[in-house]
Amino acid sequence: MILPQDYTLVYDGTFDGFLTCVFHLYDLKLKQVHIQRKIHVQESLFGTSEEVLTDLEKSDRVWKGIKKKTSAKGRSRLYYAFLSEQEQIENLLLRYIQYALKSTMLIDADFANQDVLKVTQVAKSVGREKHRMEAFVRFRLTKDGLYFANIEPDFDVLPLISAHFKRRYADQKWVIYDLKRNYGLFYDLENVDIINLSLPDDFDATKTTSDFFATEELEFQTLWQDYFESTNIPSRKNMKLHIQHVPKRYWKYLSEKLR
Amino acid sequence: MSFERTQEKLKILADAAKYDVSCASSGSKRSNSSKGLGDATGMGICHSYTEDGRCVSLLKILLTNYCIFDCAYCVTRKSNDIKRAAFQVQEVVDLTINFYRRNYIEGLFLSSGIFKSADYTMERLVAVAKKLRLEENFHGYIHLKSIPGASDELMKEAGLYADRLSVNIEIPTKEGLKLLAPEKNREDFIKPMVKVKNEIILYNSEKKLIKSTPKFAPAGQSTQMIIGASGESDQQIMWTSNYFYKKFNLKRVYYSGYIPISYDSRLPQIGTAVPMLRENRLYQTDWLMRFYGFEVHEILNNDHQNLDLEVDPKLGWALRNLEQFPVDVNKADKRMLARVPGLGMKSVYKILQARRFRNLNWEHLQKMGVALNRAKYFLICQSRDFERRDLTGPQLKSLILQNSTSKYQKILSPQLSLFE
Repeated sequence: MILPQDYTLVYDGTFDGFLTCVFHLYDLKLKQVHIQRKIHVQESLFGTSEEVLTDLEKSDRVWKGIKKKTSAKGRSRLYYAFLSEQEQIENLLLRYIQYALKSTMLIDADFANQDVLKVTQVAKSVGREKHRMEAFVRFRLTKDGLYFANIEPDFDVLPLISAHFKRRYADQKWVIYDLKRNYGLFYDLENVDIINLSLPDDFDATKTTSDFFATEELEFQTLWQDYFESTNIPSRKNMKLHIQHVPKRYWKYLSEKLR
Repeated sequence: MSFERTQEKLKILADAAKYDVSCASSGSKRSNSSKGLGDATGMGICHSYTEDGRCVSLLKILLTNYCIFDCAYCVTRKSNDIKRAAFQVQEVVDLTINFYRRNYIEGLFLSSGIFKSADYTMERLVAVAKKLRLEENFHGYIHLKSIPGASDELMKEAGLYADRLSVNIEIPTKEGLKLLAPEKNREDFIKPMVKVKNEIILYNSEKKLIKSTPKFAPAGQSTQMIIGASGESDQQIMWTSNYFYKKFNLKRVYYSGYIPISYDSRLPQIGTAVPMLRENRLYQTDWLMRFYGFEVHEILNNDHQNLDLEVDPKLGWALRNLEQFPVDVNKADKRMLARVPGLGMKSVYKILQARRFRNLNWEHLQKMGVALNRAKYFLICQSRDFERRDLTGPQLKSLILQNSTSKYQKILSPQLSLFE
């Protein structure tokens, strides 16, 4: 609920943009501030709203300040929780940062403080999604010799998984594309770049057709599906546990679940 | 690689390998420094889960299911009338590489039936690993089976290419082994284990002097025991397990509830339920030994030879040792907090951190994720509200069981169903 005396800062959705807002509110000594992403902005009859332009110098200064008052764990927690894209996450992070900045001791382990606990929990679920994507990415070899994977993660985890895949698949070209957020990572044997693709109209991400993919690709998918079936022990069947580990929303891009 | 032939073999040899429960891919230190393929540092990854809820992390196959032995509990025993197949070295290499490139797996778990001799079999397992490392520049995870009776030289070579080596003792007691696998003896299992243990010790000391000492089985050794095939007690299982952890520095012991696969009268018959709940209680005990600071004899001893299936082993221990409770959440040391039923190590860590800032109360504990339905009887905190009744162990147990539902309810109370 936005009240008449409230002040809303609107930013572009980047982490640096968010930190610029933090700079701004300390600079102008604003109280009762809401920080909102541009795409989330709700028009309100009350209060004042201002768009803050991302300024790397300012965001850098804020980050340096945060560095002095948080542990490495606490800092990465802030970034992870930010990537959850949850509504109001900015305000929660802001309270965490304010608490950290005004305290004399490091507060990252104060789990009885509800903001610290909440940020920790959100960061943990983002971490879980990161780990899931490291597991559930399924590369498919295209006709051009590129390993292509499409995902739709719950949170914006591409920035978190980039290093893992770069290290692991150093000798093959690959793309991991987030269809939900419409951007991806492309590794060209040297660097990982952020890309935007315009996928062909007839491209169905759940299907592996010979229009786009190499012939051997279908064979290896079949072998993988066979393996997945053979390694199961029917007398121990436990679908509840299965679904807990592999929630249904991920099935559509998991080749072993497509048979 | 002919697709159809490989497909047929894969089905047979994956099916035969699935009774080996180990699927860990963590704990190695093999990084991809040469722009090759793969990386096995740090955390393991489960890329999928089968419908029985088990992790799929490695391509787990047998090189062959031809076997000269006739162990009663084993599906590939000589006398069993099943389809047999054998992979060629190159086929396994191709499958591993292509599965890995698609991010299906963390690496390879290669076991085998024993054909011709132990050394002949071990040699082929080593050949696969060697080819993956040297020809394919593969840095993913490799788990090889140590074949009982294989020579020291081969075991040494295996450790240079594999991240983990394991040999399954399978039957927890010597008597059981004699009954079910009369051709085998304990010493054959133990010999390769000793060799690998000594090589790891040697590596660790040489590593201090010469940094470039080639790695030796960086993810260590593991083993597996079959549960419920030879009438052994939980005490026998866990004491054996403890012995192997201590004596051979094992990283893991796996417990595998026996899945009936034969009509042999020495074994539980086909159709007998897999003892999954018992298996779970054994794993919990294993965790208490490895991470919670318990000694095995505190949980299982001559007076308590089997675990209580109704409650977890930590709660079972606490109910027998009520004089050690209640514990003050704001004062107790780590060791004692870890012994409180309902507190996992993550909660213990959170409590230790959080109480530096303020005294903790029930609400704090609940929000942090403590299982208060059990813990509340064993704790006091910043609150006047705590269990004041002087309850006996059995009273407390029935109180806790009344107020909680086990996911094993069905197994615990097999009710007759009239309308099925």
